[in-house]
Amino acid sequence: MNPMTDLQSLIPILPELALACGAMLLLMVGAYAGEGASRFINGLCIFLLIAVGACVVMLPGGRAVLFGGSFVVDDFARFLKLLMLTGSAGTLILSLDYLTSEKLQKFEFGVLVLLATLGMMLLISASDLIALYLGLELMSLPLYVIAASNRDNARSTEAGLKYFVLGALSSGMLLYGASLIYGFTGTVNFTGIAAATKSGASLGLIFGLVFLFAGFCFKVSAVPFHMWTPDVYEGAPTPVTAFFAAAPKVAGIAIFVRATVVAFPGITHSWQQIVVFVALASMVLGAFAAIGQKNIKRLMAYSSIGHMGFALVGLAAGTAEGVQGVLVYMSIYVGMTLGTFACILAMRRDGLLVENISDLSGLARTKPAMAFFLAMLLFSLAGIPPLAGFFAKFYVFLAAIKAGLYVLAVVGVLASVIGAYYYLTIVKIMYFDEPAKPFDVMPGLLKLVLGVAGILNIVFFVYPAPLLGAATVAAKSLF
Amino acid sequence: MNWPVLSVVTFLPLLGALLIMLMTRGNSPLAKGTARWVAMWTTLVTFAISLVMVQKFDASSAEFQFAEKHDWLGVASYHMGVDGISLPFVILTTALMPICILASWTSIQKRVKEYMIAFLVLETLMIGTFSALDLVLFYLFFEGGLIPMFLIIGVWGGQRRVYASFKFFLYTLAGSVLMLLAIMAMYWQAGTTDIPTLLRYNFPAGLQTWAWLAFFASFAVKMPMWPVHTWLPDAHVEAPTAGSVILAAILLKMGGYGFLRFSLPMFPLASHDFTPLVYTMSVVAIIYTSLVALMQEDVKKLIAYSSVAHMGFVTMGIFAANQQGIAGAVFQMISHGIVSGALFLCVGVVYDRMHTREIAFYGGLVTRMPLYAMIFLVFTLANVGLPGTSGFVGEFLSLIGTFKTSVPVASLATIGVILSAAYALWLYRKMIFGTLKPALEGIKDIGLREAVIFAPLVILTILFGVAPKPVLDMSATSIAQLLDGYNKAIGVKTAATQSAPASGLEARIIPVSVAR
Repeated sequence: MNPMTDLQSLIPILPELALACGAMLLLMVGAYAGEGASRFINGLCIFLLIAVGACVVMLPGGRAVLFGGSFVVDDFARFLKLLMLTGSAGTLILSLDYLTSEKLQKFEFGVLVLLATLGMMLLISASDLIALYLGLELMSLPLYVIAASNRDNARSTEAGLKYFVLGALSSGMLLYGASLIYGFTGTVNFTGIAAATKSGASLGLIFGLVFLFAGFCFKVSAVPFHMWTPDVYEGAPTPVTAFFAAAPKVAGIAIFVRATVVAFPGITHSWQQIVVFVALASMVLGAFAAIGQKNIKRLMAYSSIGHMGFALVGLAAGTAEGVQGVLVYMSIYVGMTLGTFACILAMRRDGLLVENISDLSGLARTKPAMAFFLAMLLFSLAGIPPLAGFFAKFYVFLAAIKAGLYVLAVVGVLASVIGAYYYLTIVKIMYFDEPAKPFDVMPGLLKLVLGVAGILNIVFFVYPAPLLGAATVAAKSLF
Repeated sequence: MNWPVLSVVTFLPLLGALLIMLMTRGNSPLAKGTARWVAMWTTLVTFAISLVMVQKFDASSAEFQFAEKHDWLGVASYHMGVDGISLPFVILTTALMPICILASWTSIQKRVKEYMIAFLVLETLMIGTFSALDLVLFYLFFEGGLIPMFLIIGVWGGQRRVYASFKFFLYTLAGSVLMLLAIMAMYWQAGTTDIPTLLRYNFPAGLQTWAWLAFFASFAVKMPMWPVHTWLPDAHVEAPTAGSVILAAILLKMGGYGFLRFSLPMFPLASHDFTPLVYTMSVVAIIYTSLVALMQEDVKKLIAYSSVAHMGFVTMGIFAANQQGIAGAVFQMISHGIVSGALFLCVGVVYDRMHTREIAFYGGLVTRMPLYAMIFLVFTLANVGLPGTSGFVGEFLSLIGTFKTSVPVASLATIGVILSAAYALWLYRKMIFGTLKPALEGIKDIGLREAVIFAPLVILTILFGVAPKPVLDMSATSIAQLLDGYNKAIGVKTAATQSAPASGLEARIIPVSVAR
């Protein structure tokens, strides 16, 4: 093989290469230009992410396999990469003004987000256990650092440390599971594992599967591996929380889906029970535990636990419809999360951020537009039609019903009713209560994110076809 | 039909809401005025266009008319249309909305703009519920109505508005999510969520049972039937006057409409099997809630409980599953929409003046408010079901229909008629007659705006009482077709069971005649 064709075969990973080179370049620029250029560099990071996204779109479609089957680019990967890039870019936009006003503006922030994003892109495309682990670690290490990026704040450093220790533990479990799977199937490649488990699985393999799932559940913060979520969400700087809630969740769900659907189709009944349990527990815990929360970031942590439960309902079905449901769910979830965090970042009174739910009191009268959009996002998170969140839940439950998972579906929808209670409580505080002192003027970038997310959320029902169509195509590429 | 009249009627109010949102800024008197007038004109124009539908509607056909169909979700399509069962409800909605806007003209002073937007959005969702011909689309409209109503109760409501709005929202939502799962199960069974197609589809008996129960959970809460009615008195008492009107007149009817559109025609076997359950719940509702109404100290609460009792007649009539019963139920719903709405408006009149709804506070109003006493009398008597008012026709027909299938149920329900006379007349005597309470010395009789509100309602109550034919004719063909399909499905089943030896006993226990 001559060098030219070698290079040509790398074209499918052009977005990843561009991101890696760009991140390192920006790191160099930052190191030489000094702290003064931080805001500029973080802004450039956003453009780099947009360029990478464009690159993902423009590259030829179809399925490409690289590096001896450890890296795959298919419609599923493209869909989720775009979604994840949206999440990353969105949170960077949210963070720009925050970092300046909190005096945290460092160019490393943007670069670390880029590196984490690179890890997520690898993770989304990983199709063997080694690539999976590499992607996962590349994603996680920058996340630990940015969780603790507010060095002088005890809560932020605590969050970073907690996340690191528990994350390391979960990586260990995942690695242990991966080695068991390798030991019992003799291969690390997903398609190879699928071939080896066609006729059923040995107990050892199931053991490995359980450990692998434990690692995934940690990353998507699904019950019973959710404990870190509330503390990290509350302690980390708010844009970092927004980032945690959006992009890594997409990547985590992506690899969860790909690994289970591609590598273990022969033993669906074995992993289905685990996913059903995890989904059930996450939905129920997310619904109940959020009720008593006073801090809005903590509330969003429990809310995201619940939402991961709903997304996993689609995976539990184990069918193409189910995967389509997961993809639709994650897309809408990212939009709702970005919009909600834009509001949380705008909760600033006399220059100081406030985080208590009661601070939103009477927002409908002091900031009617912000209250309206936030209320619609909250109704959407609760899954009330005709908002986008309803369609998210609709498609995962549709798949669950087809797969005959009636108990899961019934408990799930009832959990969504209980979950509706705490979202309603926030709406009540904004609309029914007496106004508190108004918030400061919302920065333009936050308005932009909130406006886009809010309007998409409200009018999604008018023309849902593009997202649904793309999700269908993406889901089919796995089967 | 070359212009989509149904979509226009449905979405015109939404357009009005957008207009208010864009046209007004702040809370100045000018902005308030603009919001009120835009809302008024929007609802009036919507009503006018909906009358075009009445005029062009072909009552001799049971088909869905003014139908529109477009691609929407992969699963569901945007399919709208009305038949003889849904059109009356659409008209009821469009007709009551201008009245509600007018009734809120002076009593709502804070956040007028948001109030009008909420009402207009609610109107779109209500019309959509009655004219959706796709299950998912129906669900969308059905559930979407929760958001504006939640805000209406919570923002503009009374003392315990937070409790009432949460209870309303969560009760209804809990009932409905199960229906959503049933919709999905039906989709995988039949391959479509298109209502006209599903109406012709024969679901297997097992699925019918479960789906019927799931739909029942939703509609029974919405209706509301005893024992899941407890959200209604709270919501009614706390909601602002126009909110109570909409709640009683239209939102409750969604439950009855749902039974007629889905439960009966799509799950005939299950409906047949569960008829004793519905009968029991209806009779308990009629007698028990009437007794509860007798004990109330709050005017609105009394009317709320009387609504539950009247809805008992509706469910009873629907599940009697014969022409009289269902026609009676439909008529009762329309009539109750007018009468109970008007009663809440009557309460609103005195509440606006005295800011209390306590029955004991009032007395001898006739001496100061003769015109009001007259209007209140008309609606009280209609609520009792006096012949010559619209309340009589519905109750009478549904009782006849039930009598044909079950004499004991009809007899017990008749007790409710007596009880309704007891509480309604008792209320009337307490408030209107007797000696004038000193606090009421300065109370003024109804003014021009209020007279304009009540005039059409009084006319309709008496007109429909004397000549109910227009409403009955409108729905007759559709009901006949519904019953045709229902009886066929039941007939097949009874023919099958009659060959089995144990069926005779079963037929005697379930007092539903199928030989018609």
